[in-house]
Amino acid sequence: MTSPKRIGKIEFGLLSPKDIRKMSVRKIIWADTYDDDGFPYPQGLMDLNLGVIDPGLRCKTCDNRAGDCPGHFGHIELAKPVIHVGYTRLIRKLLRVTCRGCSRLLLSPEEIKKILGPADEFSEDLITEKDIKKERVCPHCGEQQLKINFEKPTTFSEVWTEEGRKTEHKLTPADIRARLEKIPDEDLRLLGINAVVARPEWTILTVLPVPPVTMRPSIILENGQRSEDDLTHKLVDIIRINQRFKENQDAGAPQLIIEDLWELLQYHVTTYLDNEVAGCPPARHRSGRPLKTLSQRLKGKDGRFRGSLSGKRVNFSARTVISPDPNLSISEVGVPLAVANEMSVPVQVTPFNIEEVREMVLNGPDRPTITAPCGANYAIRPDRRRLRLTDINTETVAEMLEPGWMVDRQLRNNDIVLFNRQPSLHRMSIMAHRIVIMDGKTFRLNPAVCPPYNADFDGDEMNLHVPQTEEARAEAYILASVQENILSPRFGGPIIGGIHDHISGIFLLTHGKRWFTKSESIALLKHCTPNHLPDAEKVEMGVPMWSNKQVFSMILPEGLNMVYKASSCANCEVCKKELCERDAYVKIFDGKLVCGTIDKKSIGAFDGAILNRIIRQYGMAEGRQFIDDVTRLSIRGIMHEGFSFGIDDEDLTRTEYGQIDDVLDTAESDVERRIKIYQEGQLEPMPGRTLDETLEMQIMQVLGKARDRTGEIAGRHLGLSNSAVVMAVSGARGSMLNLTQMAGCLGQQSVRGERIVRGYDERTLPHFKKGDRGADAHGFIKNSYKSGLTPTEFFFHAIGGREGLVDTAVRTSQSGYLQRRMINALQDLKVAYDGSVRTTGGRIIQFTYGEDGTDPARSAFGDPVDVKGIVENVLKEEV
Amino acid sequence: MSTTFDVLQHVMVPDHKIMSEEEVSDLFSTYQITHEQLPKIYHDDPAVKAIEGTIGDVIKIVRVSQTAGRAESYRLVVRRPKK
Repeated sequence: MTSPKRIGKIEFGLLSPKDIRKMSVRKIIWADTYDDDGFPYPQGLMDLNLGVIDPGLRCKTCDNRAGDCPGHFGHIELAKPVIHVGYTRLIRKLLRVTCRGCSRLLLSPEEIKKILGPADEFSEDLITEKDIKKERVCPHCGEQQLKINFEKPTTFSEVWTEEGRKTEHKLTPADIRARLEKIPDEDLRLLGINAVVARPEWTILTVLPVPPVTMRPSIILENGQRSEDDLTHKLVDIIRINQRFKENQDAGAPQLIIEDLWELLQYHVTTYLDNEVAGCPPARHRSGRPLKTLSQRLKGKDGRFRGSLSGKRVNFSARTVISPDPNLSISEVGVPLAVANEMSVPVQVTPFNIEEVREMVLNGPDRPTITAPCGANYAIRPDRRRLRLTDINTETVAEMLEPGWMVDRQLRNNDIVLFNRQPSLHRMSIMAHRIVIMDGKTFRLNPAVCPPYNADFDGDEMNLHVPQTEEARAEAYILASVQENILSPRFGGPIIGGIHDHISGIFLLTHGKRWFTKSESIALLKHCTPNHLPDAEKVEMGVPMWSNKQVFSMILPEGLNMVYKASSCANCEVCKKELCERDAYVKIFDGKLVCGTIDKKSIGAFDGAILNRIIRQYGMAEGRQFIDDVTRLSIRGIMHEGFSFGIDDEDLTRTEYGQIDDVLDTAESDVERRIKIYQEGQLEPMPGRTLDETLEMQIMQVLGKARDRTGEIAGRHLGLSNSAVVMAVSGARGSMLNLTQMAGCLGQQSVRGERIVRGYDERTLPHFKKGDRGADAHGFIKNSYKSGLTPTEFFFHAIGGREGLVDTAVRTSQSGYLQRRMINALQDLKVAYDGSVRTTGGRIIQFTYGEDGTDPARSAFGDPVDVKGIVENVLKEEV
Repeated sequence: MSTTFDVLQHVMVPDHKIMSEEEVSDLFSTYQITHEQLPKIYHDDPAVKAIEGTIGDVIKIVRVSQTAGRAESYRLVVRRPKK
């Protein structure tokens, strides 16, 4: 390892014409590239002195072949100077702060002193454009200054008023260069320019460097035609115009033609440097595609910095669609055979494993089935030469194999891989899994690991990376494996846990008291770890019966004690504890579920109280085991009953429909009544509100209550026999509000938290009278999704729905950019061994991480110690 | 009635104290740092002015912390760069 180095200073400067000529190996004068034989023209753009890209040729400068030759710069002598677009703002500033006659800074020594302040050692003050008043007289030579106008991209002109008329005089790059040349070094110092490395006249190009051919290689198309790089095309343009310019100049062409050619040369040099300058039409390829010139190579997401240096494409990675497999462990990932055959892990051949490795080589690169032993794709000789294994050469290579060789072995079951889904927003977006080779063409994963990846199976794709060294595998397994990441550092609770059907299933299984026969109990626990049933809780007519709580307790570790309220808890004023009619009081005593229903609060992702306790008491491995068991048990549980939802699950009886209609009618007439009070001027405004606001708030309140009432009516009819109610109560998916909207009434549609008011003059739609303030005229929907919406209701619903869509779109882009800035600011900080947070330079950001030194992933939902949980566990009762 | 008030008396201003040379060298040795690795505070910070700190002083700031109850941090007084 090399020792870290501290950067003393970085010097930024400009290339002087002298520097450019010095680094140049060849003056380029011809715009042509290759002659008819395909050989580069001497002094052409592909001159052999500039490096070689064709195999077989040698570089005339360094005598290396293509690949070894780094390439060398050439240069073009420009007929007249042109402005470098990247420095136009600097040029503008310098022209404005210096005298047009003597080129001195437009300030007297006294004024400079006043601006800079007292000269002490800390002073780093510089003079800016603002310090100099416009159109003043030079304090050095007394010359009257003129206003300098700058027009994008590269035009400078002087403006003055003569006899009431504005007169403009264009400055040529040569004029500007002459002015910049005369600025004294000391004056530049005051402006923050070090004249030793950056004389300002060097921003006006007199000689143009020609980059080596290695950075603009030409490609040979299938039909044998050469296709040149965009940069070469641009350089051809520059040389052509430059040549024509010179000829005209020598022939003494009229000033007008010279000026036109000068401008054309300026355009070509400008677009060569940057093809996206404002006020300049981009140079285009014959096909009409804008050329990718120097600045475009560096800029943006796919530019050199963000695309090639900060991020690259990698080997040993795979990507395909994901699909669920609840029978996998959460720490596993199913990999298609085709992927496993293509990807490999290097194995060092030693005297101890040579027979095993030889067997792999003999198996060759085509593994036929998922159960077959793995083969190998490459054998690497001690001299690092790679031999690709084919069906033909396996035997000969296997013969040659001896210690010191390496073999690229195909993936096999239990190999460790990194699994990733973009956007990688937190560290759980990349986790290490063990692979299981499977048929099919998709990656398979346990649905319980979807929350940390934020994955679903509507066509999501995920990436897989194979660590290639022992160190990488160890690091992946110890730091990044799924079980190490169950607890989120975001809030100190489990982020992996049961989702959707897992929660519905475990709810159905554990709710109330039910009894199972031996075969039923075994069927439920079939795929779980425990392999012995405890003694039956009761014997009914000679048949031993196990309770549902007993079955669930099988997957709990011994010695677990917990008391808490499930998410189905209704928060009664006085808790009835064990006698709760909703069975929401969960009590676990010595690893046995005494009472209560297991639901989202117990095993759900982001909540997972039981899971959290198991991890803290028994460790990560036990936690993983529990998730695997609980997901398998719950899937069996939900299958035991069957679980489905259909349109007739939203049906209510005639009584309920009558009641709902009554509620809505009353609400509507209540709204009418309030509007009448308002119109009669009898309405009392609420403190701090106008009359209109008060009325709106009252209406919203009345209608909101009405909707909730319909929900209550519907809820009374729909009990736990209804699947949607089970899902809402257990926390698996949806809420009672969703059910209200399906069966009862959709309620008020809103835009920005208010009733819909936009549309036509004083009305939302032409279906209503002007000034109608009634419920239905402003987006109250009386119907439910089941009963169907009227056309006006449907339109209001679309208005409300659109707002939600726009909000999501805006939020994701904004939070994405915020995230990027955060990562860039914080990426190099680390917690040192003494607990302080430091930058790479050892500078301290926090003296103790988070001021209390607590790892949030090991905290109890933010608190360093879970006092209540520990006390309850010891006392085995609620505190 | 005076128009000025003591910033240090405000509830939201944590306790600032200039550290003695001895304390500073202790601090540097416990964290194995030099003065440039410390967080900075400007010389014209109202609290620094109130305790009359000068450039080069190290100031100990004791805050009430949400997580730890009481948290200490140290800052080096530097000159505020102009503009």
